[in-house]
Amino acid sequence: MTHITRRRFLSQGAAGAGALAAASLTGGALWTTRLAFGAPGSGADGRVVFIIMRGALDGLCAVPPYGDSAYASLREALAVPPPGAAGGGLKLDNLFALHPSLAFMHECFAGGELAVLHAAATPYRERSHFDGQDVLESGVLLPHASESGWLNRALALKDARSASLGIALGANVPLVMRGPAEVASWSPSKLAGLSEDTLQRVADLYSTNPTLSQRLADALASDAIATAGQSQSNEMMAAPAPAVAGDQAGAGAGAGAQRGGAARYLETVRAMASFLRRDDGPRVAVMETTGWDTHANEGGAQGQLAQRLAALDAGLREFRAALGPAWRNTAVLLATEFGRTAATNGTRGTDHGTGSAAFVVGGAVAGGRVLADWPGLGARALYEGRDLRPTLDLRSPMKALLHAQLGISDRELNAVVFPDSEGAKRLDGLIRA
Amino acid sequence: MADTIAAAIAANRFGLGARPGEIERIAADPRGALRAQLTGAAPLLVDANLPASADVIEREVQLRMERKEFKQRIAGEVPNDAPNDAATQAALQKLPALLRPIYIDDAVARVRSGVATERPMLERLVHFWSNHFAVSVDKQAVLGIAGAFEREAIRPHVLGSFQDLLLAVEQHPAMLLYLDNAQSVGPNSDAARKLSRRGFGFSAPRQKIGINENLAREILELHTLGVNGGYTQADVTEFAKVISGWSIGGGQGRLRGGEPGRYYFREALHEPGTRHLLGRSYRESGYQQGVAVLQDLAALPETAQHLATKLCRHFIADEPPQTAVDRVARVFLATSGDLPSVYRALIDAPEAWSEPLSKYKTPSDYIYSSWRALQLPVPDGPKAIAPFELLGQRNFSPGSPAGWPDRAADWDGSASLLKRLEWADQVSQRIGTRVAAAELAPQALGATLSNHTRVAIARAESGTQALTLLMASPEFMRR
Repeated sequence: MTHITRRRFLSQGAAGAGALAAASLTGGALWTTRLAFGAPGSGADGRVVFIIMRGALDGLCAVPPYGDSAYASLREALAVPPPGAAGGGLKLDNLFALHPSLAFMHECFAGGELAVLHAAATPYRERSHFDGQDVLESGVLLPHASESGWLNRALALKDARSASLGIALGANVPLVMRGPAEVASWSPSKLAGLSEDTLQRVADLYSTNPTLSQRLADALASDAIATAGQSQSNEMMAAPAPAVAGDQAGAGAGAGAQRGGAARYLETVRAMASFLRRDDGPRVAVMETTGWDTHANEGGAQGQLAQRLAALDAGLREFRAALGPAWRNTAVLLATEFGRTAATNGTRGTDHGTGSAAFVVGGAVAGGRVLADWPGLGARALYEGRDLRPTLDLRSPMKALLHAQLGISDRELNAVVFPDSEGAKRLDGLIRA
Repeated sequence: MADTIAAAIAANRFGLGARPGEIERIAADPRGALRAQLTGAAPLLVDANLPASADVIEREVQLRMERKEFKQRIAGEVPNDAPNDAATQAALQKLPALLRPIYIDDAVARVRSGVATERPMLERLVHFWSNHFAVSVDKQAVLGIAGAFEREAIRPHVLGSFQDLLLAVEQHPAMLLYLDNAQSVGPNSDAARKLSRRGFGFSAPRQKIGINENLAREILELHTLGVNGGYTQADVTEFAKVISGWSIGGGQGRLRGGEPGRYYFREALHEPGTRHLLGRSYRESGYQQGVAVLQDLAALPETAQHLATKLCRHFIADEPPQTAVDRVARVFLATSGDLPSVYRALIDAPEAWSEPLSKYKTPSDYIYSSWRALQLPVPDGPKAIAPFELLGQRNFSPGSPAGWPDRAADWDGSASLLKRLEWADQVSQRIGTRVAAAELAPQALGATLSNHTRVAIARAESGTQALTLLMASPEFMRR
């Protein structure tokens, strides 16, 4: 008779067991879960992380094109000063800088581990957050046309036999990770765990319900890894964690929980690292960030958006530290559903736009470059007279990540992962050979 | 014969979860029991301790001014260093100290109302409309007034017409602040012209004023027509000009005038002239122009489809049958958006009664149904709302103007399930053996209780574990 315990999940997982089968305690039905994250010896070490920036990141603030003569006048008080000036951006090249809050990203750029993409967009050309995010995540041309996401379809190709190559950091699974491949989710819990006996009985209660049965198995497996990972990481992280900029006011200040929010964010980032650094752990992780919808009082070098960017940057620094040697094989994509208007609006913010910036960072990235076919910010260059014109299809870097990191072929990328994407060629050379 | 499957659907899917005795009481006529909830007074939430939004905003504005003056003063005294003493901290914390208790009081009152109500379908509808017209307290300006928004703009109209509901919502300060319309200024308004006459360099950097299109876009996309409702970017921009000047009284400078904290139409900020949108011309002047557009939006077939789809998704299934959606939309149009008629069309839809347990509970559904089944007194203060945050649905905090999602795929993640189980176990531990799960199960689930679950509960090693298993059961996870 086999009992289901968290310890057992952990020890079996750590031993790299192919699958854990547990006979249910009372019913005698076989309750099976496959725990193995990536079959040992498959040789695929590449890790892919997608950080979704929900709310439409202002790419012209995060990556100011200070060398474009129209930039300062379009942005007025919101313009990030050029490199060298007080509060100025961190220089990338003669056209672009990084926002001064992105110090870690700038270190990565200098170290050749960050590629900055600009004037980038999905194929979506309207301005609804929710449809835009749907297209960003589904990987198809139209909103609400697919129930599955591009990362999940890639995972399903990668290894249809493996249950949990993917993990969503959050209580639930976002669209980009939904689909045929089974994906676990994890988020920090303040609640006490159930007794082994009660867990066993719940598992039995779910024996006739495949969905709940699978969810429970995934939850326990993830929980075991995260718990073990946190204790390991506490030992590793003896050095003080970098301070995260507190959100003093405005969006995100919420119910006075901003400090808790920053702490939870760092806890989530550390947990993500604890999943990905394992040899037998997941290869793909998704994490969601919010608060990028800066319609009013956005700020420039300082202010609301600057604080958000600083927190994001601190999280990435923490992630690299907690990930350890696996950073070498990791590529993190940060992307948003669309950009914001080139000019400021009447409330010291920006409205929904089109082209934005995106980032690919990690030890696997052939970085130190800005990849952009810059359309310019002149009045006639703007898309519909108001937005940064998109010249780079976000599916191009996405394809590069999946191809180099997970070994997905071009044929599969075009047929399964990104249907109708022949126009968006894989961005060659984004990942180190 | 009593129809206990229908009674379980009425109590658990249309309502907020059966309380003991509820299913038995309505079993003779479950549909009639729902219809009966739709007559009578609006489901107001009256509590002397809950302040009006105008009062909260007025106090908030005062505190912000005090804080600004305080900051300027300490900056003058100690030019290079922000003092960190207790007095400074206390001064800076006055605003959250004002707002957070109001937020908690309102959230607790709402939870209490949901657990105790004898008209649970109506309370569910209040939650539905609050979510349809979502404001979120992750914007601090909304923290103290999200509850008041529901009390003042939603509840009085939930049994009225959609048009009245829409007009109340779009003029409520919480919505005007959440979607940034309060300071939106028409480019040819008096205020804008006055500023440009002053010339360049008058104040550096010259402050730009203009429209903010956030509210206009979300009214079209989320509140009325729906994203496929056939509007263009030009319509959004025109509509933003129509509602420029829809603001809140009692500000400073350009925003001087009006009753503090209440809706106030600022003529000086309004873009003058005829506006063209959605194929019509609006020649009205001032405030009436926005009213005319909203009235038209409320009556359009696209709006009817959009609302009927969302209602059917909420009350029938994640992917609602188009036949039911069309029927509800037709009733909406035929009655000029009379909401009780629309609700009755939902109750009358045979599709709503053919498939029990068609919806996966949201965390909020899960908590309300647990507390109602267990007859637990709602705890005081933050304890009453902590479970919502723990399980992933913090009160008044959907995080986006689209509101909380309403499909199983958005809520049935593995971590989410584990949290429900852990919370259920914690609740059961607290109750101990005061509630007999074997007796409660048929009262909570009616005829949807499976034999498998019944046996598991009967064989539990303790009364506590039996309760956990009831709350963990597949049928209790759904409605």
